[in-house]
Amino acid sequence: MSSTEQTLAADSHAGHNGHHDPHLAHHFDTPEQQYTSGKLGMWMFLGTEVLMFGGLFCAYAVYRHNHPEVFEYAHQYLDRKLGAINTLVLITSSLTMAWGVRAAQMGKRGLLVALLLLTILGGAGFMFIKTIEYSTKWREHIFIGSGNVFYESNPETKPQSVNGLEEEALHINEAKPETVATVKVEPDVVDPNAGTPDAALIKPPNITPAGLSEKVKAGVTERMSYNSLVKQDQTRVYTFFAIYFFMTGLHGVHVLVGMGLITWILVRAARNEFGPTYFTPVDLVGLYWHLVDLIWIFLFPLLYLIH
Amino acid sequence: MSAVTGPISYHGPTPQPQRASSDNYLNHTRGVMSWAFTLDHKRIGLMYMIGILASFLLAGLFAIMVRTMLWHPLTAEAGASQGALNSAHDLYNHMFTLHGAVMVFMFIIPSVPAILGNFILPMQLGAKDVAFPRLNLLSFYCWVVGGVFFVYLLLSGVLHAMGFNVPGGYGLDTGWTFYTPYSDAKAQGSVVAATIGVFILGFSSILTGLNFIASIHMLRPRGMGWFKMPLFLWALYSTSLIQILATPVLAITVMLLCAERAIGIGIFDPARGGDPVLFQHFFWFYSHPAVYIMVLPSMGIISELIVAFSRKHIFGYSFIAMSSLAIALLSFFVWGHHMFISGQSAVTDAIFSLITFAVAIPSAVKVFNWLATLFRADIRLKVPMMYALGFIMLFTIGGLTGLFLGTLAVDVPLTNTYFIVAHFHYVMMGSTLFAFIGGMYYWWPKMFGKMYNETFAHVAFWFVFVGFNLTFFPQFIAGTKGMPRRYASYPVLSSDGRPTHFVTYHRLSTTGAYTMGTGLFLVLGTWIQSLRRGKQAPPNPWGANTLEWRCPSPPPHDNFTETPVADDPYDLSGWKYVSEEVGWVYDREQAAADVAAHVAH
Amino acid sequence: MTTAAQASHDTDHDHDPGAVHAHIMPPRILLGVYGALVVLTVLTVAVAYLELGKLNIWAAMIIAVIKASLVVLYFMHLKYDNLFNGVVLITALIFVALFIAVTMMDTAEYKPNENQPGTRVMMTSQNGG
Repeated sequence: MSSTEQTLAADSHAGHNGHHDPHLAHHFDTPEQQYTSGKLGMWMFLGTEVLMFGGLFCAYAVYRHNHPEVFEYAHQYLDRKLGAINTLVLITSSLTMAWGVRAAQMGKRGLLVALLLLTILGGAGFMFIKTIEYSTKWREHIFIGSGNVFYESNPETKPQSVNGLEEEALHINEAKPETVATVKVEPDVVDPNAGTPDAALIKPPNITPAGLSEKVKAGVTERMSYNSLVKQDQTRVYTFFAIYFFMTGLHGVHVLVGMGLITWILVRAARNEFGPTYFTPVDLVGLYWHLVDLIWIFLFPLLYLIH
Repeated sequence: MSAVTGPISYHGPTPQPQRASSDNYLNHTRGVMSWAFTLDHKRIGLMYMIGILASFLLAGLFAIMVRTMLWHPLTAEAGASQGALNSAHDLYNHMFTLHGAVMVFMFIIPSVPAILGNFILPMQLGAKDVAFPRLNLLSFYCWVVGGVFFVYLLLSGVLHAMGFNVPGGYGLDTGWTFYTPYSDAKAQGSVVAATIGVFILGFSSILTGLNFIASIHMLRPRGMGWFKMPLFLWALYSTSLIQILATPVLAITVMLLCAERAIGIGIFDPARGGDPVLFQHFFWFYSHPAVYIMVLPSMGIISELIVAFSRKHIFGYSFIAMSSLAIALLSFFVWGHHMFISGQSAVTDAIFSLITFAVAIPSAVKVFNWLATLFRADIRLKVPMMYALGFIMLFTIGGLTGLFLGTLAVDVPLTNTYFIVAHFHYVMMGSTLFAFIGGMYYWWPKMFGKMYNETFAHVAFWFVFVGFNLTFFPQFIAGTKGMPRRYASYPVLSSDGRPTHFVTYHRLSTTGAYTMGTGLFLVLGTWIQSLRRGKQAPPNPWGANTLEWRCPSPPPHDNFTETPVADDPYDLSGWKYVSEEVGWVYDREQAAADVAAHVAH
Repeated sequence: MTTAAQASHDTDHDHDPGAVHAHIMPPRILLGVYGALVVLTVLTVAVAYLELGKLNIWAAMIIAVIKASLVVLYFMHLKYDNLFNGVVLITALIFVALFIAVTMMDTAEYKPNENQPGTRVMMTSQNGG
C-alpha cells in the first residue's frame, strides 16, 4: 500500500465513518488518539504537582532532620484520631471516584451521578474535619507565621536585624518596611472552652509554653514537655506549625479544587454526556482526585505520627 | 509503507508547497474577540510575540538605565548629598532587579517556545494545532496576568518616586534572585506582588511545556519517527521536559517566600530560625535548569538555520538530538554551582563542580556538529545565517567562560563579579537572543507572508553584534579585576593611588549598550517596514525541507489542506531555486536524477 | 504511541476502529484494593504506637509507599495503561528524591557550623564559616 493511499485511508477513518463524533477535536484524527493524549497530559500535570509538593516535603525533611525534637514536641498538638479518620475518608472517596470512572465507562448514568456525589461528600467531610482541626488550633492561638503563640510569647523570636547597619539604612528611607501580619496574643489567657462540652470533644492543650497543665488530663499521651526542649529549639516550635499549616493548607486548597472539578463533572454526568465512547473528563478528574489522596497518604504519617 | 531510509528515498505525494489563497489565519475571522478567544496556535503565538517583545523593550530600557548610571561611579565624590546618594543607589537596585526579573521571567523563558514554538511546532508536525489548544490559550493568559503583577511593580515604583506612600513596598530591589534574608525581611520592594507574578508566569511555562510534549508524542505524522523529527522539535521537547520538572519547584519556592514575607513563617530567615541557604537550594533547583529552558530552543533554531543556509544535510543528527536530552537531564544536577560561596558544604561544592564539567559536553557536541555541517558547505550569508554564525561564536565564548566558572577554585574570586554578568549575557543574549532574532527572520516570511529588506537587516545585525561585544567583553576583564556585580559605585583610584581602569571598562560597556540598543531598534524597524511594505513571500523562500514550508505563507487557518507526509527534514536535494518571487520549488525529476546518480556511485 | 497509523489497521472490525479502548476495572479489584488500603492505614497508626526508634519513620514510609502504589496501579489504572504515563510519574518522583537528597546532604554537612544555642549569627564565608 503506497503511503498516499494509506494517508487517504487514515483520513477516511478519521471523520467520515457515517457519524461525526461531536467530542472529537478537529486536530485529532481519532477518539483513541484524543483520549490517550488527554491521559498523557494529565499524568504530566500530576507530575508537576508531585514536584511542587516535593519541594514542601524537602523543607519538611530538612527541618525534621536538623531539629527532630521540635517536631516530636510540636506534633503532639495534632489530633491523630482526626487525622486517621481523614485518611480513611479520602481513601473511601478515592474508591467512589474510581468506581465512578467504571460507571462512566459502562454508561451507567445513575450510578455515576451517585458515586460522584459520594466523592464530593467525602471531600466535604475531609474539609469539615480539617476545619475542626484548624479552628481548635486557632482558638489556642496556634497560627501559621508570626501570630503563632510560640512565636510571639518568646522574646527570642521577635524579628531583629542581624546587622546593625541595616537599621541605619532603614531610617534614611521614609517608606516603612513591610509590616509583618501580627495578631494580638495573650499567652496566659485561659481556654474559654475549658470544662465545656466542646473541650471534651476537641481536647485542646493549655498553651503556656512555660508549662502544659490540661494536656495530660485531655488524654493525649504526653511524651515531651516544653521545658525539655533546649532554648534554641523552643524558639523553633512555630516552624513546625508553619510547615504543618502550609502543607495541609495547600493540600486543602487542592481538595477544594478537586471538589469543584467533580461538581462540574457531576453536572455533565447528570446531563448524560458520558458513556462508553466518551468518558475522558471523568477519567482525568479522577486521576487528579487520586493524586490528592496520594499526597495525604504521605502527609498523614509524616505530620501526625512522629516519634 | 516503505520505510524512509537514507536522505534520498522520498516516495510520498509531492511536497510542492501549496500556493497562497487570500484566506489565511490572519483574516480567517475578524474582530478583537476572535483573537482574544482564539484557539489557533498561530494567533496565540502572535499575541505572545507582541507582549514578549514589549517586555524585552521594557527590560532593555532598565538595562540602559543601569548602564547609564554606571558612566560615573555613584560615590560621594560625585558631589551629591548623602540622602540623594542613597536614593540613587536605591534606584540603581530597582533598575537592575527589574531588568533581570522582567528579562528572565517575561522575555527569555517564554520567548522561543511561546512565540516560535507555538507557531512552528504544529506545522513542523504537519498537524492542525497543538494537542491542547485551550490549554495553550490559558497559558497565554497566565503570562498576561503574571505580567500585570510585574506592571504593578513598575507602577508602584513610579508612584513612590512621585511621592506617594505605597503600602507593602514599591518596585523590587532584591535582585532577580530574591535572596533571603533580604527579600523576606528588609527589602523595600513589593516582594509579595513579584512572587505572585512569578508564580503565575511559572504556570504559563508549565502548561506550554506540557502541551508540547503531548503534541510531539501524539501528533507526529506518518513517516516521522522520533529520529526523523526536525531538530527544532527535539530542542523544544527537551525544553518542555525541563519546564514541567523544574518550574513547579520555583512555584513552591516563591509561595514559601511570599508566605514568609506576608505572614512571617520562618523557613528562610535566620533571625526567625530559618535557613537562607535552603532558599538558595530551592531557588537554583529551578533556576539552573531554567537557563537551559532559555538556551535549548535557541540551539534548535540554529540547527534549522545552519542546514537551510549551507545547503547541506546536518552532520550528526542523532548526536545533536540526544545531546538536547542530555543537556536537559544533566541540567538538574548542577544547581549548586551558583552556591559555591554561600556556605554550601565542601563535599557538595566538589560534586556540583564535577557535574558542571559534564554538562558542558553535550553543548560542545552540538557546536562541533554545526561546524562540521558548515565545513565545505555552500554557505549563503542571509541575515538569519549571520545570527546563526554569531550564535556559534558567542556561545563558544559564553560556554567556555561557564567552564571557568564551574571550576571551583576559579569561581571563588570571580563569582559575584562582572565576569559572571558577562558570562551569562554571552549565553543568554549572545546566544539565546541572537538565535531568537535569527529564527524570527527565518520564519518571518512564513508568519506574515512578507519578506524583509536584507540590506537593512544586515546593517541592523552589525550594530547588534558589534554593540553586544563592546558591551560585554570589557565586563569579563572588569570582573577579573574585581568589579563586583550589582554595585553602582566603583573605585576610580586604587589603594596605592594609581587609577583603576574600571571607568574605562564601564564606559566602553555603556557605549556598547547604546550601540546594541540602536541595533535592536533597527531590527524592530526592519520588521515594521516588512509588515508595511515588504514583498510578498513565497511558500519556501529558503529552500528548507521541514514541513512548515509546505503550506502557503501566511498559512491558512488549518495549516495544511491535506496532511503532508514527512521525509528526512534535512534532505534538501529535491529543492530548486526559481526566483525571488517564486522561491524554492520541489523538482521531482531532479530528485530522481539525484537518486540515480547516487546509486551509480 | 497511538497515532493515526496505528488506528488505521483496524479496518476489518465492524465498530469504529478509532474508538477508545480502555480497561474497565472490575468491582472485586476496586473493593479489594480499598480493603487493603484500610488495613494498611490501621497498620500505620498501630505501628506509630510501637517504639522502634529510628525505624519508625522507615516503617511508616514503607507502608505509605505500598498504599500509594495500590492507588496508582489500580485506582489510577496505571497497571493497565501506557507505560509512558508511568515513566512520567516515576521521573517526577526521582527528581523529588534528587532534590531532597542533595539538599539534606548539604544542610547536614554544614549543620556543625551552626552556632550553639543562644547566638543567632549564621556562619558565612565572611566570618569564618
